[in-house]
Amino acid sequence: MSASRRPLPGWVEIGLLPLANIAMAFLLVGLIVAVIGVDPFHALKLLVLGALGSSESIGYTLYYATNFIFTGLAVAVAFHAGLFNIGGEGQAYIGGLGCGLAVLALDRYLPTLLVIPLAILASAAFGAAWAAIPAWMQAWRGSHIVITTIMFNFVASALMVYLMVNVLIAPGSMTPQSRGFTASAAVPSMQAALQWIGIAVAPSALNLSLLLALVACVGVWIFLWHTPWGYSLRTMGHNPEAALYAGTNLKRMTMLAMCLSGALAGGVAVNELLGVHHRLVLDFAAGYGFTGIAVALMGRGHPLGIVLAALLFGALQQGGAELNFEIPKITREMVVVIQGLVILFSGALVHLPRPWLQALFARKG
Amino acid sequence: MQELTADAAIELREIDKSFGSVHAVRGASLRVERGSITGIVGENGAGKSTLMSILYGLHLADAGEILVDGRPVEMASPRDAIGHGIGMVHQHFMLVDSFTVLENLILGAEGGALLAAGLASARGELARLSGEYGLAVDPDARVADLSVGEQQRVEILKVLLRGARILILDEPSAVLTPQETDRLLQILRLLRDRGVTVVLITHKLREILAVTDKVIVMRRGEVVAERRTAETGAEELAELMVGRKVRFDLDKAPARRGETMLAAWHLSLVDGRGVRLLDDISLEVRSGEIVGIAGVSGNGQTELLQVLSGIRPPTGGEMEVCRRKVDAAHPVDPAEMRDLGVAHVPEDRLRQGLVPAFLASETSILGYQDREPFCHNYLMDGPAVGKYCADLMERFDVRPRTPGLRSANFSGGNQQKLILAREMARNPKVLLVGQPTRGVDIGAIEFIRRELIKSRDAGCAVLVVSVELEEILSLADRILVMFGGRIVGEVAAGEADERTLGLMMAGARAA
Repeated sequence: MSASRRPLPGWVEIGLLPLANIAMAFLLVGLIVAVIGVDPFHALKLLVLGALGSSESIGYTLYYATNFIFTGLAVAVAFHAGLFNIGGEGQAYIGGLGCGLAVLALDRYLPTLLVIPLAILASAAFGAAWAAIPAWMQAWRGSHIVITTIMFNFVASALMVYLMVNVLIAPGSMTPQSRGFTASAAVPSMQAALQWIGIAVAPSALNLSLLLALVACVGVWIFLWHTPWGYSLRTMGHNPEAALYAGTNLKRMTMLAMCLSGALAGGVAVNELLGVHHRLVLDFAAGYGFTGIAVALMGRGHPLGIVLAALLFGALQQGGAELNFEIPKITREMVVVIQGLVILFSGALVHLPRPWLQALFARKG
Repeated sequence: MQELTADAAIELREIDKSFGSVHAVRGASLRVERGSITGIVGENGAGKSTLMSILYGLHLADAGEILVDGRPVEMASPRDAIGHGIGMVHQHFMLVDSFTVLENLILGAEGGALLAAGLASARGELARLSGEYGLAVDPDARVADLSVGEQQRVEILKVLLRGARILILDEPSAVLTPQETDRLLQILRLLRDRGVTVVLITHKLREILAVTDKVIVMRRGEVVAERRTAETGAEELAELMVGRKVRFDLDKAPARRGETMLAAWHLSLVDGRGVRLLDDISLEVRSGEIVGIAGVSGNGQTELLQVLSGIRPPTGGEMEVCRRKVDAAHPVDPAEMRDLGVAHVPEDRLRQGLVPAFLASETSILGYQDREPFCHNYLMDGPAVGKYCADLMERFDVRPRTPGLRSANFSGGNQQKLILAREMARNPKVLLVGQPTRGVDIGAIEFIRRELIKSRDAGCAVLVVSVELEEILSLADRILVMFGGRIVGEVAAGEADERTLGLMMAGARAA
């Protein structure tokens, strides 16, 4: 009890503690892998090489990380306001609807420089709108946002299936997807972008949406810690009564925080639809919204931490896929278990190694 | 008698404790004799609460030794302390409001998978303890329905029920009326006479002098003096605590009343369940005067401050604030109130006045975050905020003078000074103050009261709500008494005395 209050040096808190968490997760993963009869060191090597071994694998790692940055930021912004937004998944999905509708309506008439910004705005707006409904229900009707955002994930999923199968499906197509976007709505791939400046990398799904994600990080950082609204938002998150005392309208602030959160989640649609699929498809948000919760927790709600956590989860996603490809014994479910353990150790059990680190640094401290 | 059987129930030797760069306790040693009442006094931040937290196992000492009944012991957690027969009654009650007294008493000691047995044995124990110590409470009452004094009795019973023979009370009278405090002191005497050792942490010298056998004075983390209560007095103790002479009388000039800045006519507030929280409140506060609102806590003072500061709109009646009309149809919010020149020092500084996790500099602009000079072009100016905070700290003697320290790491008195500084720095026309010196040490009390009077003399209309009668008597030019959501009496400061006000506060006389 007393131990948890003793402060650790800053770099231990931010750097070493998460590393210790990850190390413990991997230790357990290694045991499980050994039990099913695979050499854990070989598996670890494949995982690391699969994630970081070539410019192609690095590209995929960063592509996944892009999604995690968007959803991690989304969860973090709501969390700073004291709101637990579990609906990143649905907001990203509906963001995709906005993105798709904007592109399908405009891509034949407008140039790239207009279509892409408009599509990005539409993704953010639809994501925000989808978050605004649970926010409104919490602010004015008192429904709990955790429950409503979870339910809205299902509603989003059902709505998208209906629209894709019945309304937006390309005429004559057998699969529920829209017609392909024209080239004017494509966010350039990183390979193409780097080629312009004379750097050759292997093609991958990575595209310039990564830059948008990084800009969003800076934007969130400025908003939360350098604007009066961010200040009020954090006040509300820590202490709603103090926010009320300070003259913040809690209902409006709830709306603002959730809309911003939903808009950030909508960024996933930009990466996936404008960057990779180039058409509106089903289930492109596959799990990114949920993993975003872990990313935000692990990143301590700070954009810099979120970038680092997103890189880790991106690497796990990509390395895990490679691992599954190389050693079929390690199934995709197994890879999910690995991710789950990392989440467990860096989320729920985050303070587990703290006493040991405290003992280690107590004398030097 | 205690002098003869002077074996120590508790002995602390050379206890040392730092939090980061703050050296909270420096080599403190003290003895508490068995079956006595020992008072520990000191300003906030003097280290008395930290020292007792170490004794109770909430903090681990960096160095030093703890002896209980003459044997060295390890206090790694409150569990150890309870095991050694030490119990603590915290300033903030640790009770579940919706549970009955009995259910609260067995919390953490349910005694088996089914509650019935535990409840029955607790009921028996409770009857025995109530009889023995005069701690009467209804075992089946819901805690939410009890008065603050009764809730405190439940806390004491909880500790005794766990077999505590050594009782630590941290600022127990902070939330009590004078009558309730007297009742508490009686209970403490009875406990002592039954052999319980009591350690009383407080800054109220009246209680120390009334009830303790021995006083230990702490200042800046050190034990600076130890006195037999019979051989000392308020002046000496105050001087020892603060380290210099303290003046209790505030010689203030008569009020020069100007125009009405704040007025209310027939204000009422009815909550969602139809409970009348405020009933037909009419008052006025003129510039250059201090109006004091006396009353036992929970009689509508909190709601009155909420309505007057714009946090809650009234459901009936109207008011005028700096010439702006306000009623149910024309509500204001706290931000607009600030624009009008109303400043508000809230009653509950930890829940309303500041955000414990924020830096002191962030706290120093709470409510003013979107104004010049802290914010221009929609961006906050960090350096300007830091400089402003450093400035406030200098003017209001907030210690330590570190704008980058978290608000939670300041002592209560210094938090209060920071909030007061924030609200007074903008030269408000109306200043609403709730419990200006609750949980604040003597040196700071003197300072805060002088600042309030200074502000009055500068032409501010000041409304002070306090449950400390002595505070109202020393500050106010006019006194209003609240009871049951109504104003039941008005007295000019010169004609007021503690007895009549006390009767009005208890609702005995409706004026």
